[in-house]
Amino acid sequence: MSAYLAIDDLTVELNRQVPLLRGVSLSVDVGKVHGLVGESGAGKSLIGKSVLGILPDALTVKRGSILLDGQDLQTLKPKIRREVIGAKAALIPQDPLTALNPVRRIGPQITRRLVDILGWTKSDAQARALELLDEVHIPDPERIMQTYPHELSGGMRQRILIASAFAAEPKLIVADEPTTALDVTVQKRILKLIREMQDRHGSALLFVTHDLGVISKTVQSLSVLYSGRIKETAEMRAFFASPQHPYSRSLLAATPKYTDPQGSLLPVSAEVTQTLDQEVAAWDREHGYV
Amino acid sequence: MSDILYQVQDMHLSLPDRTKKRVFGTAPMLEILKGLRFDIHRGEVMGIVGGSGSGKSTTGRALVRLLEPTSGRVTFDGTDITHLGDAALRPLRRRFQMFFQDPLSSLNPRHNVRGIIAAPLKLHGFDNVDGRVGQALEQVGLPDSFRHRFPHEMSGGQRQRIGIARAIAMEPDFILADEIVSGLDVSNQAQILTLLERLVADLNLTLGFVSHDLSVIRRLCDRVMVMQEGRIVEMGDVSPVFDTPQDAYTRELLDAIPLPDPDQDWNVA
Repeated sequence: MSAYLAIDDLTVELNRQVPLLRGVSLSVDVGKVHGLVGESGAGKSLIGKSVLGILPDALTVKRGSILLDGQDLQTLKPKIRREVIGAKAALIPQDPLTALNPVRRIGPQITRRLVDILGWTKSDAQARALELLDEVHIPDPERIMQTYPHELSGGMRQRILIASAFAAEPKLIVADEPTTALDVTVQKRILKLIREMQDRHGSALLFVTHDLGVISKTVQSLSVLYSGRIKETAEMRAFFASPQHPYSRSLLAATPKYTDPQGSLLPVSAEVTQTLDQEVAAWDREHGYV
Repeated sequence: MSDILYQVQDMHLSLPDRTKKRVFGTAPMLEILKGLRFDIHRGEVMGIVGGSGSGKSTTGRALVRLLEPTSGRVTFDGTDITHLGDAALRPLRRRFQMFFQDPLSSLNPRHNVRGIIAAPLKLHGFDNVDGRVGQALEQVGLPDSFRHRFPHEMSGGQRQRIGIARAIAMEPDFILADEIVSGLDVSNQAQILTLLERLVADLNLTLGFVSHDLSVIRRLCDRVMVMQEGRIVEMGDVSPVFDTPQDAYTRELLDAIPLPDPDQDWNVA
């Protein structure tokens, strides 16, 4: 029995010419949290988007397979694929303001998916939404259901999106930089909430972030990406105790650490990036991209 | 020349609260800054930190007089600038510059780097403009050939350097840096901070450094003021503030920072 989400040799191209993901393999099982770390452009969000089938039009999956609950998503017809993903996976997005419809009340935005896609009755969906808002510690859920997104704070909106992601009990959650837009004190509460919800619902969680500080609080294992290649996959504690790849060590040294002002925030050396870029070029040659 | 560059006394600042505005009629005023008092010394890097809505950006904007304080007094190098009008401020504008958060939206996409850095120099009547552009590029560690590039032809870190070059070319007395590294990756962030540290040392810059990131503040600043809801809750040299914070809010901010360390005790509420 393979993991709930198993990605093998995933290669995604831009305009059928430029590779953006270069043969990525990873797996996440139910009840587990796996982190994806890297700088912007490394492809960490693209992995999440490939899994959820929401790649922009210019991007195509060239090679590789994505197994969700044992089903190879690439072999399914688009309509079936959407249904499978819709029932089994959900996203916690980065920016809670753009992810909510500004002209609709909160209530229908949570229940709509349950009613339209999963065929629940309106009253069941309503009851479930109230239950979820309570679960994410929103006071007075009935009143909140009647409000519009602009009436709520950033942390409150993110709570609503978390509730909404867990609504249909999907077994896979992709969280794409869920706390980047938030304040540190709010970030702390939201990270705890995400872990609490993941734990209670026993889902598999793929957690995308550029912040190794956040990673150390949320995941059990992680992969470090550079230019669409996984450089290192490790158990979280082992990674922080002794990162194996030189790039992982550089990323750790670049991460801010207020307790060690002189030993942190160090730039990645040109030597390290040069070696990385050579490796990428070598992969491209080997796979027929020039 | 006095050692104190900025003297702020009992500064209050109110802005219209647009969320409470009726369709017709004026918006009620909301007090953002509630009586701030602090000095900034020449050659010092002053960190201004706080959560969102604490008034840290508003404070910075009042210092460079993009906003006018409602009451109190702001003195810049001996001149009272609290209520100066546009015309009176113009000669002073050269002397306080800004580094912006988002380099893409603060650089004109139709101008090349030379045009971007030269425009304010020409406006303020500097001589040898081309030489100064070259010098500024060198100071931020970019090759001279970059003067022909356009903003879209550069990476985020390079654009941030251009914004820095534009400000330092003016030889300002004070620079306001508002969240300048928060949009960057960790590795770019580290590079820009290293550059800033060098510039502060080489050019003896006086910097107001607004950030929500305490790690960055600790690395770069000499002193820090912690703001909450329009008030300064704690102010002092960075080491004592970080090592032995006196105010509960400072402690909460510090505790909330996720360190890259799985053993950090993060379970205290």
